[in-house]
Amino acid sequence: MNVIVILFPPLVAALLVTLPFRKPQDWVPGVTVVSCLIALILAAQMAWRIAEGGSVTENLGADWLTWIAVDGLSALILLLIALVGTTAAIYSIGYIAHANLEPKKLRLYHANYNLFIFSMLAIPLLAEPTLVWIVVELTTLCSALLVSFDNTRDALEAAWKYVVLSLMGAGIALFGFLVLFAAMQAGGGGMYTWAGLVMAAPNMPAILLQTSFLLILIGLGTKVGLVPMHTWLPDAHSQAPSPVCALLSGIETTSILYVILRLFPVMQAVPGAHAETWALVLGLISVGTAAFLLLQVRDYKRMFAFSTVEHMGIIMTAIGLGASAGDYGAMQQIVNHSVTKSFCFFAAGAVLLTAGTREIAAVRGLIRRSPLAGTALIFGGLAIAGAPPLAVFLSEFSILKVGLAQGRYVTTGLLATFIVIAFFGVMLHVNRMVFGAPSHAASGQNHRETEVVATFQLPFSCRLALILAAVPVLVLGVYVPKPLHDLLTMATAALTR
Amino acid sequence: MNQLLENLNALACGLFLLTAFGIVAMRQARGCLNLFIMQSLLLAASAALLGLRFDSGHLYGVALVNLISKPIIVPWLLRKTSPAEIYTRREINQALNIPTALTIALALAIGAYFLGIPLENATGPEFQGPNVPIGVAGLLLGAFTLTVRREALSLLIGLLAMENGAFLAGISIARDLAMLVELAIATDGLIIVFIMGVLVRAVQKQIGTTTVGELASLKEAAADATVKKSMP
Repeated sequence: MNVIVILFPPLVAALLVTLPFRKPQDWVPGVTVVSCLIALILAAQMAWRIAEGGSVTENLGADWLTWIAVDGLSALILLLIALVGTTAAIYSIGYIAHANLEPKKLRLYHANYNLFIFSMLAIPLLAEPTLVWIVVELTTLCSALLVSFDNTRDALEAAWKYVVLSLMGAGIALFGFLVLFAAMQAGGGGMYTWAGLVMAAPNMPAILLQTSFLLILIGLGTKVGLVPMHTWLPDAHSQAPSPVCALLSGIETTSILYVILRLFPVMQAVPGAHAETWALVLGLISVGTAAFLLLQVRDYKRMFAFSTVEHMGIIMTAIGLGASAGDYGAMQQIVNHSVTKSFCFFAAGAVLLTAGTREIAAVRGLIRRSPLAGTALIFGGLAIAGAPPLAVFLSEFSILKVGLAQGRYVTTGLLATFIVIAFFGVMLHVNRMVFGAPSHAASGQNHRETEVVATFQLPFSCRLALILAAVPVLVLGVYVPKPLHDLLTMATAALTR
Repeated sequence: MNQLLENLNALACGLFLLTAFGIVAMRQARGCLNLFIMQSLLLAASAALLGLRFDSGHLYGVALVNLISKPIIVPWLLRKTSPAEIYTRREINQALNIPTALTIALALAIGAYFLGIPLENATGPEFQGPNVPIGVAGLLLGAFTLTVRREALSLLIGLLAMENGAFLAGISIARDLAMLVELAIATDGLIIVFIMGVLVRAVQKQIGTTTVGELASLKEAAADATVKKSMP
C-alpha cells in the first residue's frame, strides 16, 4: 500500500460534496465523516506499521516520489490530524445543521473542510521542504473561507488578519527555505529532503543554516502563534465555527510546528547554532504572555485560543530544554494538546449553542441550563489547564521533570509558574460560567431563558463527538498504549541526530 | 558577453528595487498593480538573463512561469473574483505619510544590503551579484507595505511583492530547485489571489468598503464593547 493513498479520501470527498444531488443536508456531512474516517484508518494502519518497526520511509521508485517519506514523527502527526479531523467532522454534522444553512453554503463548508484536511495531511507526508512550504500555504488558503464562514464583520476581520499575517510569515519562510537549499548546494548537495538535510548538515556553511533557521522560525512561527507573532491567532481561532476552531487550534498549529521541529536535527550538526536557545526563549515568552492574557479574556473561545498560544509555548520550551533528554515529554505534549484542545472547542461550541453568546460574563449557571455543556466545559477546562489525572498533566509533569533533572532551575521554575497562572486563569472563568449564579440585572430575562434552554438538548452528533473526544483525554492521562509509546519514542528520536 | 549579461541583470535588479519603492509610495491602488506587474516582468527578465549567463534551462522555466502567471493571470483573476471598486481606491489615511514611509523603506533597503552580503559570501563566488541583497530588500519592502497600507489591493500586492523578492534572491542562490516546485509555487500565488479576492468581495458586501484596514474591532480591550453591540 502506498502511503500517498491517505491523501485521496479528503480530495475525493471535496469533489463529491459539490455534486448537484438534491437535499445536500442529508448526505454531504456524511461524506466528510466517511472520508475522515477512512483517512483515520489508513493513518492508524501506517502508524501501527511504523511503531512495529516496519518500513520507515517509502521510496516509491520514480524520482520525484522520493519526496514522500513517513517516519515515526510524521506518522504521529498524521494520526493526530486524522483523529481530530474525524471527531470534528462528526461534531460538524449537528453544529452546522443547527445554523440552518442554505445548500450552497453547506457545500462550501464541507468542500473547504475536506481540502483543509487534505492540505494538513500532506504536511507530514511530504519530505521536500519547499513542497512542504507550499502545502503550509495551502492550509492557510483552504481554511481562510472557513474562518470567515459566519460572514459577520468580526469573522471577516479575523479571516483577513489570518490570511495576511500567515502569508506574510510564509513569504519570510519561503526565503528561509531557499537559503536552506543554497546551504545544501554549498555543502556539496544531495537530496533536498528532511533526511538528506540531516545527512548533509555537517558540511553546510553555518551562517546559511542559521539564517535559514531564523527565517523559517519567524515565518512559520507566525502561523504556530508564537508571541510576538501571535496577534491574529485569538481572532481567527475564536471567530471560526467551533469545529473549525478545533481543527485550527488542535492540529493546524501542531502540523506547522512539526515543520519547525524538522529543522532541529539539522541545526544540531552546527556547533554553536543555538537552535534550542531560540526555541526556549520564544517558548517561554509565549507561555508567559499567554498566561497573563488568559486572566483578562472576556470571550471564552478567545480564552481557549490563548491557551493554544500557551501550549505551543510549552512545547517550544520543552524542545529548548532538550527534547531528547531521556523522555518524550515534548512529543507527548503535542499529542495531548491536540486531543484536549479539540475537545475544549467542542465544549465551547456546545456552550455557544446553549447560551448563544461568546461573552464569559453573560454565561452563568451553565450547569443548570445544560448539564452536558456545563460538564464538558468544566472537564475541558480542567483538562487543558493540566489537572491530574488528565492527559496534559502527565506530559507537563514530565517536561518539568526533564527540566529539573537537567538542573535548569530558573527556566523550569518560570515555566511552572506560568503554567500555574494559566491554570488559575482558565479555571477562574470556567468556574464562573458553569457554577456562577445568574446575575441580578439580567435575572428577569434569564428566568425566561432558563425555561427555554431547559428543553434545549445538544444535537446527537455533538454529544457523540464530545464523548469520543473525551476518551483519549481520559485514557492518555493514566495509560500510554504500547504502540503509541513506541511511536512517541521514535518521534522523539527524530528530533536528534 | 558574460560581463554584459551581468550588467543587464544588475540593471533589471536595480529597476526591481525601484518598483519595490514605488509600491510603498504609490497611493493609487491601480498604480500599485501596474508596478507589481512591472516588477514581475523584471523578475522574469533577471531569471532569463541569469539563465543565459549560466546556461540553465531551469531558470528559463522560472522566467516563463513568471511571465505567464503574474502579468496575465493575476489581473484576470482579480477581475473575476473581486469587486471593481478595489482598482479605483486611493489610500487616504495610510498609517504613515509617504515621505516618512519612503525614509523607513530606504533604511530597510540599506539593512537588507548588510543582511545579504554574508549570505552571498557563504555561497561562493559564482553566486555573487545584486540578486540576493535586492531580493531581501524586496522582501522587507513588501512586508513594510503590508504594515502601512489599508486598502485591500495594496495589501495583496504587498504580499505578492514579498514573494517576488524571495524569488529574486532565489533565482541566484537556489538555481537548481526542481521545476515542479517552481510551478507549484506559482500556482500557489494564484490561489492566494483567488482566495483574497473572494474575501475582499465578502468584506465589501458586508461593510461596504474595501478599506480592510478599518476592520479593527477584535481586541482584548475592546472586546467588551463589541460583544455587547452584537448581542440582541
